[in-house]
Amino acid sequence: MLHNYLLFVILPLLSLAAILVFIRFLKGPYTIDRVVSLDFLINIGIGIIAVYSIVTDHSSFLDVAMILALIAFLGTIALSYYLEQRGKKQ
Amino acid sequence: MTDLVIILMTSIGTLFILIASVGLIRMPDFFLRLSVTVKASTLGVGFVMGGTAIYFTEFSVTAKVMAIIFFLLITAPVSGHMIGRTAYFTGMRLWKGTILDELKDKYDRKTHVLTSDEEDGPDEQIIQNEL
Repeated sequence: MLHNYLLFVILPLLSLAAILVFIRFLKGPYTIDRVVSLDFLINIGIGIIAVYSIVTDHSSFLDVAMILALIAFLGTIALSYYLEQRGKKQ
Repeated sequence: MTDLVIILMTSIGTLFILIASVGLIRMPDFFLRLSVTVKASTLGVGFVMGGTAIYFTEFSVTAKVMAIIFFLLITAPVSGHMIGRTAYFTGMRLWKGTILDELKDKYDRKTHVLTSDEEDGPDEQIIQNEL
């Protein structure tokens, strides 16, 4: 029952959330909107990986989630630093 | 019993993530979108991760889950603050219904240095005392 619930309710809802965020990623009027939505997309990916590791009963997937959390932070910091320095005139 | 707890935690977490993504679509302004995203995504992913830790009752999985939650809780405010600062510098327009902007005219747009009001700045008082 738990596996069926996770597979047929939770994972589709998380996929719907990812699709909604991806619409904002495509639509976003400025670059910085895209940076935020990319960060949130990776967070949803971490949640999907966690639920998928319960469904398949493999706990090794959580290593990937940890690396993704690290990379999301570094990517957001790097992109925002780049965008800030671009508008700066000494 | 354990299954019920896992179902409850993953449902709450998924609900938070779904509401945050709807807010990301519907909010009219960049700063409102940022506030919706950072808070709700941290709580939602934390709940889903907690459900995973309850399902695998192993020490190694729980340690990994705690590391991920701890890392999310530390990095989300830092990256949120950094990206909000960048948006303010690059001249992101506020929503037309915004009531208060306390940072208005206090940042130098070219050098990105914060300056306070001239009346209550410490430099003025020191100069007056010396005179």
